[in-house]
Formats: sequence, C-alpha cells, structure tokens
Amino acid sequence: MPTVSMTVNGRAVTGEVEGRTLLVEFLREQLSLTGTHVGCDTSQCGACVVHVNGESVKSCSMLALQADGAGVTTIEGIAQNGELHPMQEAFREHHGLQCGFCTPGMVMSAIDLLNKNPSPDEGEIREWLEGNICRCTGYHNIVKAIQSAAANMRG
Amino acid sequence: MSDTGIGASVRRKEDFRFLTGQGRYTDDINRPGQLYAFFVRSPHAHAQIKGVNKAAAEAAEGVRAVFTGADMEADNVGSLPCGWVVTDRHGEAHKAPPHFPLARDKARYVGDHVAVVVAESYAAAKAAAELVEVDYGELPAAAETGKARDADAPQVHDDAPGNLCYDWVLGDEAEADAAFANAHHVTKIDLVNNRLIPNAMEPRAAIGDYDAGTDSYTLYSTSQNPHLLKLILCAFVLGLNENKLRVIAPDVGGGFGSKIFCYAEETVCTWASRKVKAPVKWTAERSESFTSDAHGRDHITHAELAMDENGKFLGMKVDTTANMGAYLSSFATSVPTYLYATLLAGQYTTPVIFANVKAVFTNTAPVDAYRGAGRPEATFVVERLVEVAAREMGIDPAEIRRRNFIQPDQFPYQTPVALQYDTGNYGASMDMALEMIDYAGFAGRRSNSEANGKLRGIGFSAYIEACGIAPSAVVGSLGAGVGLWESAQVRFNATGSVSVFTGSHSHGQGHETTFSQLVADTLGIPIENVEIVHGDTGSIPMAMGTYGSRSLAVGGSAIARACDKIIEKSRKIAAHLMEASVEDVEFDNGTFRVAGTDKEKSIAEVAFTAYVPHNYPEGVEPGLDETAFYDPLNFTYPAGVHICEVEIDPTTGVTEIVDWVAVDDFGKVINPMVVEGQVHGGIAQGVGQALLENCVYDGSGQLLTGSYMDYCMPRADDLPSFRVGLTETACTHNPLGVKGCGEAGAIAAPAATINAITNALGILSMDMPASTEKVWRLANTQQMAAE
Amino acid sequence: MYNFNHHRPGSVDEAAAALSGADDGKLLAGGMTLIATLKQRLASPSDLVDLGAIADLKGIREDGGAIVIGAMTTHATVAGDASVKAKIPALAALADGIGDAQVRNCGTIGGSIANNDPAADYPAALVGLGATVHTNKREIAADDFFTGMFETALADDEIITAVAFPVPEKAGYQKFANPASRYAIVGVMASSGPAGVRVAVTGAGPCVFRLADAEAALGGGFSADAVTNVGVAADGLNSDLHASAEYRAHLVGVMLRRAVAAAG
Repeated sequence: MPTVSMTVNGRAVTGEVEGRTLLVEFLREQLSLTGTHVGCDTSQCGACVVHVNGESVKSCSMLALQADGAGVTTIEGIAQNGELHPMQEAFREHHGLQCGFCTPGMVMSAIDLLNKNPSPDEGEIREWLEGNICRCTGYHNIVKAIQSAAANMRG
Repeated sequence: MSDTGIGASVRRKEDFRFLTGQGRYTDDINRPGQLYAFFVRSPHAHAQIKGVNKAAAEAAEGVRAVFTGADMEADNVGSLPCGWVVTDRHGEAHKAPPHFPLARDKARYVGDHVAVVVAESYAAAKAAAELVEVDYGELPAAAETGKARDADAPQVHDDAPGNLCYDWVLGDEAEADAAFANAHHVTKIDLVNNRLIPNAMEPRAAIGDYDAGTDSYTLYSTSQNPHLLKLILCAFVLGLNENKLRVIAPDVGGGFGSKIFCYAEETVCTWASRKVKAPVKWTAERSESFTSDAHGRDHITHAELAMDENGKFLGMKVDTTANMGAYLSSFATSVPTYLYATLLAGQYTTPVIFANVKAVFTNTAPVDAYRGAGRPEATFVVERLVEVAAREMGIDPAEIRRRNFIQPDQFPYQTPVALQYDTGNYGASMDMALEMIDYAGFAGRRSNSEANGKLRGIGFSAYIEACGIAPSAVVGSLGAGVGLWESAQVRFNATGSVSVFTGSHSHGQGHETTFSQLVADTLGIPIENVEIVHGDTGSIPMAMGTYGSRSLAVGGSAIARACDKIIEKSRKIAAHLMEASVEDVEFDNGTFRVAGTDKEKSIAEVAFTAYVPHNYPEGVEPGLDETAFYDPLNFTYPAGVHICEVEIDPTTGVTEIVDWVAVDDFGKVINPMVVEGQVHGGIAQGVGQALLENCVYDGSGQLLTGSYMDYCMPRADDLPSFRVGLTETACTHNPLGVKGCGEAGAIAAPAATINAITNALGILSMDMPASTEKVWRLANTQQMAAE
Repeated sequence: MYNFNHHRPGSVDEAAAALSGADDGKLLAGGMTLIATLKQRLASPSDLVDLGAIADLKGIREDGGAIVIGAMTTHATVAGDASVKAKIPALAALADGIGDAQVRNCGTIGGSIANNDPAADYPAALVGLGATVHTNKREIAADDFFTGMFETALADDEIITAVAFPVPEKAGYQKFANPASRYAIVGVMASSGPAGVRVAVTGAGPCVFRLADAEAALGGGFSADAVTNVGVAADGLNSDLHASAEYRAHLVGVMLRRAVAAAG
C-alpha cells in the first residue's frame, strides 16, 4: 500500500493508505482525530473542513495522497496551550453552536475567511459560509461570532 | 439573579468539547473487533422480493455474513411497532401492517431494507452489497399523497384497503355546519404542507455490541430517547429482557424528531452482533439519510373559516389527507391527529371546529414527527386561513387577529378541540411585535421598494403550540402506548459536587448548561459543581426522552422535584446537626439556618454528613441521592407572533427576507441565550420549508431530491438576522413556570413567510416552497393582469 | 469508492506517460467533481494521475494581450490574482462565484473545463471571452473545445496545460444559481474586445452556447439597452425541478442585460 506523510497539527505523521483513502478517513480512522466530521457525500455540508497548507478544504473530497507532504490543521490543532483560538472563543461567547456537529468545519472555514479578509461585513460572512451547512442555529449566532472574532483578532 | 442562575445567559458547558473536536458522536466510537454493516436497499418503490441470492456476496473478501428478512424471521424478530393507536371515526383501530427491519415479501419504498452485509471493513461491506442478487418483481407504486385513495391506486398493504390507515374526526360536524349556515362570509383555502427531510447534520449511526459472557447487548445509537429505544427493541422487536440491553446515545448531532424513532438499521446491528459474535457498526451515508430517515409533514388540506360581518370567527372546518409513507414509524399516527387537529383553535376563540383527517399509505419513506410535528401544519392552516380571511374581509391582518384573540381574563380556556390552555397574553406579543417591526412604517417601506422595482410584503403568524408532552393519563386515553412523564436523579456526592441523571437527552439544546443552572440555583451550589449525565440507559432511571419541546417543562420539572427531595432530606440532617427542630430550619441559597439564631450549615456539609453519618438523625437513611418522576398535569402552551417582511425581485422571482421579528411567550426562561438560539434555528427550518425545501418523489416513487444537490438546505446567505423579543406568562401547572421553546420558530415561520410573499404579490395563496420560478410566474401573472 | 492506483508525477510528460501506461487511467486535477463521482461508484478507473505536484501547470502570467492561466490554478487563485482583477475583472468575479470557498481552494480551471459540466461557470468564461485552450499537444479555440454535455475536443491522452484569455475592453458575467447545488441555472458572459463581441450562456442548455442575436445587437453598441428585446427560445433548454426551460429562457435575457450592465 502507498505511504503518505504529512504534518498534522504540527506533528509529522506517516501512514499506509489505499489510493482511494480520503483525507478525512485518514484523519479520523488512522489518526483518531474524530473532530473532523462527515455530514454528506456530495461535498456540500462542510462538516469535514480542515486546512491544508493554510487553505480551508473539504477533507471528504481530497485523497489522503493528495495531501502528501502537506501541512494539515484540524479542529484539534487550533487551541494553543489549553487556550481556545479566538474563533473558538467567539463561537462559545456568542452561542454559535448547538449540536456541535457542523462546528469544527464551521470554525475552520471561518478562520480561513479572516485570514483572507480580516474585516468581513455580514453579507461577506454569509456568502463565505455557502459551503458550510448548519441545521441548528439558523446561522444568526455564527455570523455574530465571526464578526466578534474578527474584531478581537484585529485587536 | 446570580450570573449563573436562573435567568442568566450562562455560556454553555458543553461547548468546550464541541469546539475542540472532542465531542463523542456515535461514529467516533469504535469497539474492539467491530465489523461493518452495509444495507442492500430497494431501488424500486414497490416490488415483490422473489428471491435473494447471497452466495456471491458471502464469498466476497472480508465478508462475515449476509442476512435477509428470512434470517430475522427465523429468529422470531418482530415488527417495528407504532406506539400510538389512533381510533378512527367508526371506533376501529388504525391499520398497522407489519414493518419488518429487513423486508420479507415486498419492498415498499426506495431505500427499503432488503438485506445487510456484515464485513471486516466498510469498503468490503459496501462492495459485497453490490453482489447480493435480489430478484425483484416490480409493482406499480402509489407515490402521491393526493392519489393514494384513488380507486385505481396500487395497494401498499393488503390489509389496508384503499391505502387508508385511518379516517379520524375531532369535533362536532353538525355544530360546525350550523355555524357555517349563519356565516356572513366563509373563507376557503386549499393547501399543501410540503414534505420535508429533517437533515440533522449528523447522519444516523449505530453499533450493536453483544457480550456473550453476560448474554447482554449494548447499542450505541444516535437517539433522542435511548430508554424508549430500549423499551421498543426489547418488548416488541427482539424479545429481550430489558436488563439485557443497554442503549447509549452519546453526543448526538441534531435530531429535530428524526432520531426519536426505532429504526431498522439499529435493530439489525443489535441482532446481527449476536449472530456474528462481534460488534456491528453502521453509519449512514447522507444519501441513505435522504431515503430512509423518517420524513416530515406531507399534508393536503382543504379548510374553511366562517365569520360574522365583523370578522369574528364562528367556526372552522378542516379536511386533511396525511401521508404515513410505506410503514407506520414509531409515532407517525399521532402527528396529524392529536398533535395537529387539537391545535386548530390557534390563539382564537373560534367556538366550533370540526376536523377530519385521513391517513394514507404510499410507497414512500415513512413519515413521522419533524420539528413541530403536527403543530406547524396546524398553524399553517389557521394562519393562512386568517390571513386570507383578513384580505377577503378588508380587515387589517393584525386587527382581525386581535378581534379573535382569547383574552387574558379568559384563561384557563377550553378550546373546542380538546385542549385547555392554562395561560397566555396574545395581545401583548402582538403589540410588541408590531412595535418592533414598525408596522406603521410599512407603507413607506413598501413605496421605497416599489421605487426600486421591488415588491414588498409583510406577513403575520400568531401561532400556538402544545408542548411539554404530556399527561400520561390523557395521552393514554388517546391511544399512546407509553406514559409521557420524565425522570431525574440528583445525586449529591460526598465531597460537595452533584451528579444529575436526566432522561432528557441533549442533542443541541444545551441541557448540560440549562439544567446545571436550575440545579445550582435550587441547591445554592456553584454551577461548576454540577454535572449533567444523559443518554445512557445503564446509568439513568427509566426515562422518556427528548421531543415535543418537553425537556425543561417535564424533564426540568423532574429535576426540580428531585432537588426538593434533596433539600427536604438535608433539612432533617441539618436540623439534627444544629440541634434544632426541622420546622425551624430554613434553607436559602445553599445554607440551612435555624431561624432567629446564627447557627448554619451548608448543604455541602450536610451532604458529607449523609455519607459519613457518625452524628446522624435516627430513622433517616444515609446517602443523599434522590429520584423523581414527574408527570405533567397539562400540556404547556407557548405562543407568540412572528412577522416577516420580504422584498421580491419580480424580474427573477427572488425573494429576500429583509426583516424578521419573533415575539414569543415561553413562560419563565432559564437561559435567554439558549432560548434565542432555539428560536433562530426553528425559524430557519420554517423559512426553509416556506422558500427552499421540498422532498419530491416522481410518479413511480423515485426520490428526485436525494442529495444536497437537489434538496435545498437553508444556507447562511438565504437567511437574515432575526430580531427576537420575549413576553412572559408563567405556566401555571409546572413547578418552574416554563413552557418550552424548541419548536416555536419552525411552527410560526412558514405561515409568516407565505403570508408576506402573497401580500407582496397581491394574491391570496400559493404553495410552498415559494421557489423563485413560482414567485416569478405569479408576479408576472399579476403584472399582466394589472396592465 | 473502488480502489485505484495513484500516481503523482512531477511533470506533464511524466503525467502523459503514466496516463498512457494505465489500463483505464484518469487525470485528477482539483478533484471537486471526480472524487464525488468516484465516491458514488459511478466511475472505476484503474489509475488516477494526480496533476497536483506539477508546478508548471500552476500560476498566472500576462503574455502580450492575454492572461494565461495554468491548468492547475485554483479558482481562488484566479479570483484573487491582481492581474486578472485589473485586466479581466469579470473573470475574477466569475472565479470568485464558483462553488464555495473550499471548492475554490481546490478546484482548478483545467479540471473544470475538461469536465464540461453544463452548469459550470468556466465554459461561459472561455467562450464568452474567446479564450484558447493549450494542451500538451496543441491549441484549441474555446468555440471548438466544448463539444457537448460533459464532452470536449480533448483526446483521451491529452492534458490541458493552460488557458489564454485575450484581455477584453469590456466584459461582465452574471449567474443565477441553483438554490440547492449553487451551480448555474443560467450564467451569461458578455464581452467586447479583440475576440469580437461575444455572449456565452452556461447552465441553460446541454452545453455552453453563444447567443448570436445578442452579439449582433451588442455589435451596434455595447449597452444593456441594446439587448432589451433580445431573448432566447425555450426549445431545447434544460428543464428540471428547479427551473423549467421557459424560466431559464427568461433568465437568459435577464442575466444578459445584467452582465452587459455590469461590464460598464
């Protein structure tokens, strides 16, 4: 079986995979990083969003071997020394999550937005979230959380 | 009010694990040696299963077993039952044809379970499933709700002639006819309540795990009510002693009703784990969720409202056909009857109401409770009728509602459709909503829109719901097979912390926070010292679970009762320690005091004494661990007014929701932040139904909306921010004064949205969802008529 | 997903060799359509030749009067590229509206046009701007490239290397998206420049097509007023749950006028 190597949340990892192994399967099943979820099979719900080389991608639509040599960050990798990432903190503060299933992908997607656009307005946030479906919150508090995180991260 | 007590927007205790990827959902769990199940599902809506050849699949690499309905029949596995028997207008019980976990003679909908492959990997199971050869004899399908009772409709079940499950009535038809005979005006509408697919973001999953050493099973399942699942599986399906099955529902990623029911897949995993002597895991692909989760709504209704010359409602008649799908899901029959027709009074004094509901079988997935469950359908009927009546009578839509509201001094109010509302103040919510939306300014806003080539509309929905389900004796008399009480166990640990075991499963509602606030406030201890445990039949007393916005009103009341018991026992111990009589000991904010002295003992000290009873009152048992079962005295009746404002681009048919005001009366509120979140989410689902979502089967019973490519889920850019207000009349019959908030938005929103769109277009009615093409066509027709 | 051999060549020549050496090889670009197709078990290639490690296929450069975009350049890169934004802002906007943010971070122009989904955006860009497709074997004019639903002029062993867009004087793109999938129900690119006046429509038919009436009308003056009465017949247009052919035909006119207006 082919071998794949990548850096996941700062840690170098290597594993044997099949050609067809998806990145999300590698993360969940081989690395036990079950924070990344699978909510659909048509690449639309966004529960599986992680960062590959700093860009948000849907890990259900990328082969593990496509990420060979890449730096991957998952929801488990963004809190530092027990301190929540400002985006995680904003979701908590503004009740931007309910059942928590879409949350990891939502947070990882939102961080990528602020990396690209540190001061998005409400419309830009809502458009950016096109690839993340939440069934619980009606998005209202997610949008508020991202606005708040943006303000805090700008400092 | 403390900053962590009742009434405070305490940030949620459960969020840390969800935000850091440490939630534990069923698919995150793996059992040693586990195998994987993949189901062979019918590609046909209706077909005889003439034979199943398992040989090639059994021989495939990694496959341990292939099972069919015959294998389960040989083990005497029973039918998945429907737990609510509706008695029809002739006194006959509803038709409940068997619903076997793996089909035996026929497949009755696309996605029906025909066989299961159990293999060493998910990939192997899925690959081998393609090798199972099923010899289908295709049959014509009854796919449409409105045609299921046609004389030439294919029969879904031999023992349900005419595809009729029941023909049920509520109210007095003759009285209703008399009221209509005297009417100044009768408003009539025909409407479809579109079929929906719940789409909790976590797909269903299950792991059945048989332990040969103890001859017992553990089932991990994405369930809203693990105890109920255990009860059904043991008593009706698998024939097990209840002490031989433990059901664990760990973190569950949303339910909205769809995870109440006992499903084929979890049944098969449990049964199969014993057959293959290994844990058996199944996780739905989303496409399986689309075909085999219980769907929601799917009504066709004709309704009439009789009025006098002032727009005062005199009577209402409602005729509904409700689709049950191919089999009766766990509570399907109650949804279009006792959770629907009983709500047709709405917030109004309509004196006479007659409802006739015919439930039909079709070759589609089973239909059961989905967020609101019957009450959204009822509100849609009532609030569309009232809106059309206002337009036909030339009365302002807010005013016609006001004229007919039950007044605050009329409570308790007995409706003509069985329910007795305990309290409410509907005018107060209307006033606040009108002020928040600036109703007086609407005409100006509409002119501005018109100047920009847009059509602006405003729509009301004054909804009511019956929540806090429900008094056991009442529901029992109506056919429910269970009691609808809830349990709670409050365990004060020796060193001052408290563990609360609740039957109210949390899958997004924030119980771990809200219940902690309640307990911390009641017992006067720090919120950090409270831990809420739910979702495990191995540790929690028998319980009924989460649905019908009942968790706080029923589950929370049970917790409050258990806390009361803790306090009363502690009072005896404290009295002994302080050498006072029990009657003289007062309890306030965690401290027992002897009135008129400076003697005091904290409840933590008392708890320690209870477990180290060296100096202890005679006749009092050691320990401080109390259980309460709470059976509600009535339903609760949350109610409110939602107002939606839309702007339509007639060139494209695009509807934009430009403002949304929700004013709700949920009684007492424990955590306003959590309550607002529930309202937001409910509105989003209701708007989804009104604008975007539609489950469509074609005439042959093929599901056309089987993925997110075609089933339109509301996305962030489809929705506005919402403005939420609260009014409060405390529930009169539960200890907390609470009513429940989980379904309100989904109940209120469809009518508000459609009322706004039809208002903008200058028409009376349109079907949901208000797709861009429908709106464009209607806007054009109106424009042409005007020209 | 059926299993397959995965190859990750470092050059176009290596990729071509891997492809020709396979029983039933397929090229993997961004994977946004192919991986979903594989997951649904609708395809079972023996080998996937992953173009993701070929540096030569990535990047955007200006070449004379054209913007040349490497086949493996992502939609996000095109959307954010300074020269694209300066020279063909309509193309940057189109790329910025493809799929969602995560699709744009992975999906590529080469993958999109090779797939030729009837509801994809890029075919409208190529035809509407008069682009040229460069492959490892030849150059193909956009008008000749898209041959039918999910069909292109590419040979089985041919690899797209880049797409060259002549810089137009004016160009605008407007899309009416499917509310569920967010693909185009109708997308219209209208431009005027070295490739002449061009109007290309995606989403409405089985394959991207040009609108001759609109081009003629705009030839006399590139303004929304010029196409007020230009329409398209519903015959032959797509019809599905979300939009009938008649509605699509109407939207072609609306999007056309909006695209021309957006072109300034």
